[in-house]
Amino acid sequence: MRSDLAIQTQALSKRYRLGSMRPMHRSLRESITEGLSRWRRTRATPTKASESEFWALRGVDIEIAQGQTLGVIGHNGAGKSTLLKILSRITDPTEGRVALRGRVGSLLEVGTGFHPELTGRENIFLNGAILGMTRAEVKSRFDEIVEFSGVEKFLETPVKRYSSGMYVRLAFAVAAHLEPEVLIVDEVLAVGDAAFQKKCLGRMRDVANHGRTVLFVSHNMAAVEALCDTAVHLDHGKVVQVGKPTDVIAGYLRGDESTRKTPLAERTDRKGTGVLRFTELTVQGPSTQHDIVRCGDEVKLQARYRCPHGPVKHALITMVIYTASGQCVTMLNNEMTGSDFETLPSEGVVQCRIPRLGLAPGGYTINVFCKVNHEIADWVQQAGEFTVEAGDFFGTGRLPPATHGGVLTPQEWRIAA
Amino acid sequence: MSSSPALDPRAHDVVGDRRVTMLVPRTGWSSIELGELWKRRDLLLLWACRDISIRYKQTALGVLWAVIQPIVMMGVFTLFFGHMLGVSKSTGNVPYPVFVFAGLLPWTFFASSVTASSQSLVANASILTKVYFPRLLMPLGAVGAPLVDMAVSFIVLIGMMLITGVALGWSLLWVPVLVVLVMLSSLGVGIGFAALSVSYRDFRHVVPFVVQVLFFVTPVIYPVSVVPERWRWVLSLNPVTGPIQAMRAAVIGGVVDTRSLVISLSVSLTLLVIALGYFGRVERRFGDVV
Repeated sequence: MRSDLAIQTQALSKRYRLGSMRPMHRSLRESITEGLSRWRRTRATPTKASESEFWALRGVDIEIAQGQTLGVIGHNGAGKSTLLKILSRITDPTEGRVALRGRVGSLLEVGTGFHPELTGRENIFLNGAILGMTRAEVKSRFDEIVEFSGVEKFLETPVKRYSSGMYVRLAFAVAAHLEPEVLIVDEVLAVGDAAFQKKCLGRMRDVANHGRTVLFVSHNMAAVEALCDTAVHLDHGKVVQVGKPTDVIAGYLRGDESTRKTPLAERTDRKGTGVLRFTELTVQGPSTQHDIVRCGDEVKLQARYRCPHGPVKHALITMVIYTASGQCVTMLNNEMTGSDFETLPSEGVVQCRIPRLGLAPGGYTINVFCKVNHEIADWVQQAGEFTVEAGDFFGTGRLPPATHGGVLTPQEWRIAA
Repeated sequence: MSSSPALDPRAHDVVGDRRVTMLVPRTGWSSIELGELWKRRDLLLLWACRDISIRYKQTALGVLWAVIQPIVMMGVFTLFFGHMLGVSKSTGNVPYPVFVFAGLLPWTFFASSVTASSQSLVANASILTKVYFPRLLMPLGAVGAPLVDMAVSFIVLIGMMLITGVALGWSLLWVPVLVVLVMLSSLGVGIGFAALSVSYRDFRHVVPFVVQVLFFVTPVIYPVSVVPERWRWVLSLNPVTGPIQAMRAAVIGGVVDTRSLVISLSVSLTLLVIALGYFGRVERRFGDVV
């Protein structure tokens, strides 16, 4: 490794088997029967996507010089989180290698290991140790941490009595005083009020000015532009562009023409008799922009189709939504809701309206499927994709943490007795 | 590249005074990095303290719970085994309650340590997927709270001995050593189960069951003398039999069965080595599977 580099990745690749990502609670019996059922499924639908392996990263070469601040941008599922996880040593690469110079601190979350029953003081020490500081280091920076967080008065109070703002401020304060040579940061700035965010950005700039290296992943283009001297755009596990943040962000927002998918009408990777063909699939929210919606939006999934042999009767139309990592989320189907399409004209659009979208932020793909007379008319996998941005689903401005499930459901709380 | 050979995937090179860490795919049985573990000893300590301080927070009786449990169990065993089944006749000069209590302390320590360390990884999955530290710290740190519980109960035991007139001997000085042996045997079992339960949630059901079975094949509520002589070695295959017997002998007096201690110790060290090997092998997958 060149002596001026802080991070160097060479042909870095990470493969997930979709099967091994899926089960959160695998049991021994499942493990034994899994092989069998997978084989059986393979027999039934040989084209099923879950059979394939999934490369979250493929041949990524990145060099970051010491003192540089690198912003990593890309769509959901582009491999950003996987890159962070490998650099933070949470997961091993499948191929390739990484060289890191100096101590690495990673902030994939603020307040990792915080315990609600412990006091602010106890949590500072515990969280500091989890992030990699020794007790002596925490002690020497203790006053600074407390001052930065602004919770001096509540140091001896269990953090479960903190407001969420205080909690986040304390958590970030500990993290901000971790002084590794390489700092890896994920979206943590998306928390707290505007004033505190500004403080955090300032703190990160300080870190970079002290010759430390920062790798920063964000959807917040403004933050990347303000903080980073270099940016890298990842797409489908590969590096698309590296360079000045303004250029890379422009490229990302423009979208690369050459990597854009074949239009649905021209896709040949489909099955079915062809009495009905889907030609376009769009996801429409309240804004004019296609395929980007927010949690809680009214969303319309619209499938344009053509029937070459004239109108069809009693078509059964199904759309299945998958997460970017291939997990099936839900199925939308006109038969289930009792909406019978007695006759579909030979050309038109079928629409499925979701009054209030209950999906967590992230990238999703849609498979479409149509049956006419109990025969598959058309079946296209990943016929469309859309992104869900954070939105105000509950009308409170709050969303569950990304680690706690991918589905939002309307809910009402009260004391029932 | 001033990198280290591929054989040693996590080796450090010193370039100037800034060390280079290499991350490459690991395969096969990789060893536990003791150096890394030592560097993070502060975390181990704070982690154990966390368990200890949250254990009795917001409970009215607090640390008394550490004592109440073994005392109630002692009462139950004294009534049923001591009196009704007549085991108390085989405990010699020592009153049966003291005999049982002296066995229950190390046993409770063993059982809670095994349970806590087995669950430590799954219970802290949200931390394991967010930050790196040697994963072994979790099952190791889980032993802290049971250790403190035992220390508290030990004071009660000494009190009971003073009241019932059982002599306190110099052999009490062996207790710390024997506690370490009990800890080793619980870590062997606990670390193994911790690693297994990451991939197979079945072990959530297996662990309590194993602990319960072990209780009856460990001479806690009965003296080993009730077991026919030629079968006693079987009891010693249980990694915790030797240390518990020796600990009771050290506390309330009696002969230490060295053969049993050596057998138990060999079994528990073997288990520990296997568990550590397996742990090191699956450790790198925790981030993906947990």
